[in-house]
Amino acid sequence: MISEKLVKDVTIELLRKTVTKMTDDVVNELKNAMKNETEEVPRMQLKAILDNLDLAEKTKAPLCQDTGVTIFYVNLPRCLNVDVEKGIVEGVREATKTVPLRPNAVHPLTRKNPGDNVGRKMPYVNFKVWDKDYVEMTVMTKGAGSENMSQLAMLTPSQGIKGIKEFILNVVLRAGSNPCPPTILGVGIGGSSDIATKLAKEALLRPIDKPNEDPDIASMEKELKDALNDLGIGVMGLGGKTTVLGVNIEYAYCHTASLPVAVNVQCWAARRGTAQIFPDGKVKYPTHER
Amino acid sequence: MRQMQARLKTPISEEQIRKLNVGDIVYLDGTVYTGRDEVHIHALEKAEHGEKPPVDFDRAVLYHCGPIMKKVGEEWVMVAAGPTTSSRMNSLEPKFIEKFRPAAIIGKGGMSQPTIDAMAKFGTVYLAITGGAAVLAAKGVKKVHGVHWFEFGMPEAIWVLETENFGPLIVGIDSHGKSLFADVDAVVKGNVDKVKKKLKIA
Repeated sequence: MISEKLVKDVTIELLRKTVTKMTDDVVNELKNAMKNETEEVPRMQLKAILDNLDLAEKTKAPLCQDTGVTIFYVNLPRCLNVDVEKGIVEGVREATKTVPLRPNAVHPLTRKNPGDNVGRKMPYVNFKVWDKDYVEMTVMTKGAGSENMSQLAMLTPSQGIKGIKEFILNVVLRAGSNPCPPTILGVGIGGSSDIATKLAKEALLRPIDKPNEDPDIASMEKELKDALNDLGIGVMGLGGKTTVLGVNIEYAYCHTASLPVAVNVQCWAARRGTAQIFPDGKVKYPTHER
Repeated sequence: MRQMQARLKTPISEEQIRKLNVGDIVYLDGTVYTGRDEVHIHALEKAEHGEKPPVDFDRAVLYHCGPIMKKVGEEWVMVAAGPTTSSRMNSLEPKFIEKFRPAAIIGKGGMSQPTIDAMAKFGTVYLAITGGAAVLAAKGVKKVHGVHWFEFGMPEAIWVLETENFGPLIVGIDSHGKSLFADVDAVVKGNVDKVKKKLKIA
């Protein structure tokens, strides 16, 4: 049976898995970067990153101290009579103590920190109703260093694909060494100002070894990744061949008079995790099966 | 670039700091204080009123870090302690260095020209540590002596850490006006045209 208590317990376990263990797609790309890198300074940085991932997994400690603010994406079966949001909120509160997570959530103006990562509209839960009979919840624990480098541009339609690429390049240049490169770029194109921003973050939920289903978008992802890696910003902004680990693009139809583009910058510590809660109470963590 | 490796114990004299050059590798022993946005704001505010912050930063090491700490019994234990983005402190750091004279600042991402200038003037270095590698960094912290300004929240407090063989840290900005990050910036600027051509937006 799916219950509020079960949602709470799954939230805690999902957060624990997500912050202590990186998904394979990112680990593999970091290992590829190590293979390609020849300079000593970036190699030293990559070694620290890979050693740290091993150590975090072995000691079950959060791999990065910035465990983010908790943003959830939840797919709900129709007619589920459970307060899933309450379960998530209580799960976050408990996980902050037990995992532990860093208490990051503060009032935006007074900067008061309640100490449990719970406040007005935080954790933030995005709900969708779907036709399946199980609950699927995905969480992203994203640090502020990279989130602070994210940007939105309301381009004109005449700026087109060229304008989009220019904007993405400028976001990466302006971010420089700040967002803990090598980064993953989540790009949202179209929709409206809010939809583009939302899509940019949702793009980061897709594994980086899985290109967009649309072959034209997929080739744009590859083109951007290859070109941006020639910039030489490198790991931690200390130079070298790896500036981005991946570029993921999502799009939505937009107004004929507008071309919104958003880039959500994600640090190398791209922690995301998914849990599935089935009607019989069984739970699976597909992103963390290994 | 010829790298030197140094193991330094805090507090660190100006003479020792002046010997370091960008690219050198440093390991630290001794006390390190964490401090980020709120610590900079409030320490400088206090100084303006002729008051002192609760710790003495003179020739000490400041770490741009908001750690995860866990209380076990009466003691705080460090769980994860990677660096935060140093550039957020760009506008306050030159003043902070002038007022409090730290020997070294640990962080990630580097800092802007006014801080580079202040470091040259007062004999301070910037030590870069790998962002996100928080468990590795915590390994070099042997004990947590205490905490000040906890009312600003766990990430924004001053944590007094006892380190042992803390590193490796790379000298990212030395006390002679050189910055590894500025060097990389120059390389990146030189690459932009090539990248634009590749993206067909030149």
